[in-house]
Amino acid sequence: MKRRDFLKLALGGSAALALTHGLNEIFRPVALHASSSPVRWVFLVDTYKCIGCGFCVKACKLENEIPYDANVSRTWVERYIVTKEEGVFADTPKEARNGFTTSRVDLGQGRYQDISREKIDKAFFVPKLCNQCEKPPCVQVCPVGATYQTAEGVVLVDPKWCIGCGYCIMACPYGMRFFHPVHHVAEKCNFCYHRIAQKMKPACVLACPVGARRIGNIKDPGDAVAKTIMTQRVSVHKPEYGTHPQVYYLGLSEEVR
Amino acid sequence: MHVLRPLYVVLAIAGIILIARTFVVPEDFGIHESGYMYGWYRKANEAEWRAFKPKYQGQEYCRDCHAEQEQQVRSSRHNLIECENCHDPARGHPDDPQKLTLDRSRELCLRCHTYLPYPTSKRSEIKGIHPDQHNPGGECAGCHNPHQAPSPNRRSR
Amino acid sequence: MTVLEEAWTVKELFVYPNEYIYWSIQIVMYPFMTGLVAGAFVLSSLYHLFGIRQLKEIARFSLVFSFALLMVAPLPLLFHLLRPERNFYIFMTPHFSSAIAAFGVVLFVYGSIVASELWFLYRKHLVEASAKLKNQPNKTLAEKIRYWVSTVLTLGAFEVSETTLRQDEKAVKILAGVGVPVACFLHGYAGFIFGSVKANALWMTPLMPVIFIMSAVVSGVALCLLTYITAMEIKKIMASRKRSPFDHPTLEEIQGVEKYELGITSKYLIFFLIFSISLELLDLVFRGYTAVKSWDILRNVIYGKDFINIFLLQYTLGNLFPFILLLIPRLTIRRAVVALVLVVFGVFMMRWNVVIGGQSFSLTFSGYMHYHLPLIPRDLETFKEGLMGALFILGLPFVLFWVLSRIFPVFDLKESPR
Repeated sequence: MKRRDFLKLALGGSAALALTHGLNEIFRPVALHASSSPVRWVFLVDTYKCIGCGFCVKACKLENEIPYDANVSRTWVERYIVTKEEGVFADTPKEARNGFTTSRVDLGQGRYQDISREKIDKAFFVPKLCNQCEKPPCVQVCPVGATYQTAEGVVLVDPKWCIGCGYCIMACPYGMRFFHPVHHVAEKCNFCYHRIAQKMKPACVLACPVGARRIGNIKDPGDAVAKTIMTQRVSVHKPEYGTHPQVYYLGLSEEVR
Repeated sequence: MHVLRPLYVVLAIAGIILIARTFVVPEDFGIHESGYMYGWYRKANEAEWRAFKPKYQGQEYCRDCHAEQEQQVRSSRHNLIECENCHDPARGHPDDPQKLTLDRSRELCLRCHTYLPYPTSKRSEIKGIHPDQHNPGGECAGCHNPHQAPSPNRRSR
Repeated sequence: MTVLEEAWTVKELFVYPNEYIYWSIQIVMYPFMTGLVAGAFVLSSLYHLFGIRQLKEIARFSLVFSFALLMVAPLPLLFHLLRPERNFYIFMTPHFSSAIAAFGVVLFVYGSIVASELWFLYRKHLVEASAKLKNQPNKTLAEKIRYWVSTVLTLGAFEVSETTLRQDEKAVKILAGVGVPVACFLHGYAGFIFGSVKANALWMTPLMPVIFIMSAVVSGVALCLLTYITAMEIKKIMASRKRSPFDHPTLEEIQGVEKYELGITSKYLIFFLIFSISLELLDLVFRGYTAVKSWDILRNVIYGKDFINIFLLQYTLGNLFPFILLLIPRLTIRRAVVALVLVVFGVFMMRWNVVIGGQSFSLTFSGYMHYHLPLIPRDLETFKEGLMGALFILGLPFVLFWVLSRIFPVFDLKESPR
């Protein structure tokens, strides 16, 4: 019996070692230096300036290889028309990739509504893009670690690891995520990470003719965008979800959904 | 004790999975700066994204060769608009592509010049037309020069 | 080019551009199937754990059926993934802050428990089958396969003395006991997947895991009972024609056994039905009373768009009718079958109303999305996420169950060891 006991002990011991080693591999804690990066990217949208030309959407699609005619986009522009007596109308025809070229509001299912000048109390355009949240719920729910937050705060998707379950898409309160129609993995705006890493501006920021879109580094006190955020009355979208979004808005009216 | 046999099978399967991990999971996959909840990923992907090719080059890129057009646009109201907004991204131009887009379509101009009566938006300050009434279906560039806006006589050929 | 989900999503009014019904029929099927798994297992454990003698026959049946269902359960997920070839990543780099990552662990643990329990329950039979076939010369191919399968499955534990058999019994009891909370977790985690999504106004509620567990047990018990009744009807036919392959009881004996089990099991079913509907109604009443920001659009969905799906199909047809049918005294088999089919349908509708209902309204709270289930497949995608794919998955457990019952026979009235 002695040999058998020894074998059992050896087997059990090595199994235990393998288990702990395996667990250690999975949960290997890298030394956590609370974001030592000198950069935290933030975005500023000025809705007073946006004219709804849609060049930002077109630029984003072409820069980031999202099929132009597909009805998904990393960014889009919404139009809000607040009327005196008929409530609020909002639309985003084809994500505004071709701009707003008609005054008729798109109600979906082939229906349109024309709103005459006299009925309008206020109307404005609101560009939307991924908020690169400080506490991104989309990252929290990814089952395989295919999406993550970099040290500079940008949330990226690893297209080689995403399994296409769609949980991140369901978890985003802002509807920013979608499946890439060709690569069949999760996709979203990443502040043109490949451009900002080389000190270029994101495509949408470059394209905007009126300066409604700006990007900056909140950790740099000399940064113009950081200064605006700190000194002017800005707001964020849907703060109640606790996501701590990092896209700040000037003029985010209460009708904005 | 025969009762432990199923347990051995289960442990063997778990062992196989753990061994498979060492082959399948890339070395750099782990917990990175943002912690386990937000920073569980394959580190090499960051560099892969950084290496993604930019397509838009910006106005400075066009200036060297197209100085004349650049001067024209600079002194016009269209100086706010990037060349690549209308001509599509330069990419590796002039090597690849050799020629950039010349979009003469109405829809390009209508992006800004469809008049929208929105008093609280800068959009209503842009001079615009009603697409159904002003030269419907026709090319804008037939009468207007987009590099000189507005041109001296409002129209030029 | 069209986006894949445009094949079954129609948008109305103001909806964000990237919003589609991403989680469609297969995500309805997955909790439905795992619910059946959990329910079947709980039914089996009622006998093994609590020794409710009358449930002995159906207990063995449910355990094998639970295993057949378990083998099919990952299939809806495989059909749904846009990158199914990467499915094993969930075992390689699980991100446990995500409820879905629990899938790997739970499936594995639960599968191990059910498989082990089956092993202990059938070890004696496997040993005997192996011994019987070993000495048989000139085996047919089927017999050869059966011999090898039985021998391998014994895991080399050939001793069938009184001591070892008693150990087997004890192991079954322990596993049945441990398995019940794991079965609850198997389904509770599915409820957590939905309930923890703060972005979805309909899904987010702490009640979701409990609602899922309760309705899971309901569906599992109901399906097991239904299949059992069907199997017994077949046995009756074979007994009356005297063509049964093994020693068969008389028609009267079968009838007696059936009605008794029916009565007991339906009582448990009624209990879980009441619990499950109470939780859902509680959730609804709370939402209407507190009327938070999302209530306007949710009210339009629940009382307008989805009124028929929720109140008529799920609550009335799927809950109230079977409740009444089962409570009327002198329960007949025919009435029970109708009630059970309605119950299973009701649980399916509950999954549908949660998954599809939760995607029927936009994040803008100012728009709607309509789901059109692809009926005739045009390509692989509309097969996988369409009616045909769902039916395929619904039918597969029955096929697998038949195969499993060749190895683990479920009708051995005279031969039952315990």
